[in-house]
Amino acid sequence: MFDLSLTETAAALRARTFSSEELTRESFQRIARLNPALNAMITPAEESALAAARAADARIAAGDAVALTGIPLLHKDIFCTRGLRTSCGSRMLDNFIAPYDATVVTRLAEAGMVTLGKANMDEFAMGSSNETSFYGPVKNPWDLERVPGGSSGGSAAAVAAGLVPAATGTDTGGSIRQPAALCGITGLKPTYGRVSRWGMIAFASSLDQAGPMARSAADAALLLQAMAGFDPRDSTSVDQPVPDYFSGLGQALRGLRVGLPKEYFGEGLDPAVARVLEGAIEEYRRLGVEFVEISLPNSGLVVPVYYVVAPAECSSNLSRFDGVRYGYRADSPVDLEDLYTRSRGEGFGAEVKRRIMTGTYALSAGYYDAYYLKAQQLRRLIRDDFQRVFEDVDLIASPTAPSTAFRLGEKQQDPVAMYLSDIYTIAANLAGLPALSHPAGFADGLPVGLQLIGPHFDEGRLLNVAHAYQQVTDWHLRRPPETAIADGV
Amino acid sequence: MSLSADEVRRVAHLARLGIDDSEVAATAEQLGRILQLVEQMSAVDTAGIAPLAHPLETSQRLRPDEVTEVVQREAVQGLSGATENGLYLVPRVIG
Repeated sequence: MFDLSLTETAAALRARTFSSEELTRESFQRIARLNPALNAMITPAEESALAAARAADARIAAGDAVALTGIPLLHKDIFCTRGLRTSCGSRMLDNFIAPYDATVVTRLAEAGMVTLGKANMDEFAMGSSNETSFYGPVKNPWDLERVPGGSSGGSAAAVAAGLVPAATGTDTGGSIRQPAALCGITGLKPTYGRVSRWGMIAFASSLDQAGPMARSAADAALLLQAMAGFDPRDSTSVDQPVPDYFSGLGQALRGLRVGLPKEYFGEGLDPAVARVLEGAIEEYRRLGVEFVEISLPNSGLVVPVYYVVAPAECSSNLSRFDGVRYGYRADSPVDLEDLYTRSRGEGFGAEVKRRIMTGTYALSAGYYDAYYLKAQQLRRLIRDDFQRVFEDVDLIASPTAPSTAFRLGEKQQDPVAMYLSDIYTIAANLAGLPALSHPAGFADGLPVGLQLIGPHFDEGRLLNVAHAYQQVTDWHLRRPPETAIADGV
Repeated sequence: MSLSADEVRRVAHLARLGIDDSEVAATAEQLGRILQLVEQMSAVDTAGIAPLAHPLETSQRLRPDEVTEVVQREAVQGLSGATENGLYLVPRVIG
């Protein structure tokens, strides 16, 4: 039941091998057994899930089901869910119950998916280890002493441990792909504007994108199909038809030209990760893929530019949390300034405050040109690098993360070291490009991810390529040892 | 690049973030390290390069100016810790 792909689960539901209600009940039992050690799910929604499951069963019986009907799902706790707490991993929103559903939530519910609850995450999606959550860190199911990555760490750990077959994530600088890599699952950040951001709590609005997290590319294709599409409520949503990602799978890779950016395979990449990736590249060659070395000369600027653009947008977006209208409110304020500063000072955690202050500094009088404007200019150079390369190659392949999952606490005292764990993922956000991470093997027993980056709106090709690889490899089917997790509390 | 304690307090004030005196030194040090990372940008001459704010360089879509949302004052104000007669309550601003 918990090892099936989404299509196999859908077939089992239609064949009445088990019902969605049975699957939902079993899932909650599994969560009760494994989640205490993982801390991947922070808010269960058992009652509404069982109601949704029964509705899905009725829909299946009536012959009115689509591929995802009756399949369990976790939402990253950044998506607003009507009637179910949306905390964004923060004390600031510990008491927040959104009065509406995010568009992504609505779309997946309309497909008949069953939301089991909300997944843990780094506070306001700011982190690469899931250690900044107000609700405590998530543990990596492959080694409970290690981080799952972040910020969508709860979603990644839950899928890897088989609590759910699918979860939503968001990715501002790698927050879907890096945890997907560190937990051994498949995750896709779509093109900027492909999936609606409406009802998704904003971190950096010109970079944020929601996407699917699942075991395989085929499962991710089904999810993206339901998530993507134009939304008039999101002013940056792109009005372009959504291709049929799932039926687009299965095309041969012969003749595909893939670039390997030399800047992504040099210093800073763990040699054990590099060896695993060499094996994956060899496998792709056997499938007929041609690899060429390419250069993205401005790669060294990606992290510095990101740590101006993202904090600047964050400082602006998070100014809405004022202690007045919703969210955490400080006790007995003496005046309005005290209400603001204490509500925000007590409601936000250390990393969020660091980013707000970095962004405020970069946008403050006298510094704007040197920081924000400069970063936007360099952002163009970074984007132009990709445009130039895509004149010659179809896709780019690279490591997703420079190392496998690191130990809890290892990088917590050094924000810059933490920021560098997104060194290979950030560029796709700055350039608005779709990028996917898929399992490519193991180094010292820990999963390694390979990243594929494509031109704008080429999600279908990314999924097809990863799917072809997953037809000849079984890394995406490997499971962490369950007993170790259950005993790990 | 390092920040002084006064600069940290100024930025915290601009961001309306309460910061304890005991946190100022550590914050200055950490922000200094982040700014040092960011300083790498200055190595590149960007004269004449147009800033890129939107990755697809599309402009904001406009919609007809029509009423499309309904007023949900009760639902929305129910989220606040302090309201009265449809108004949000804050500490007295004018003495």
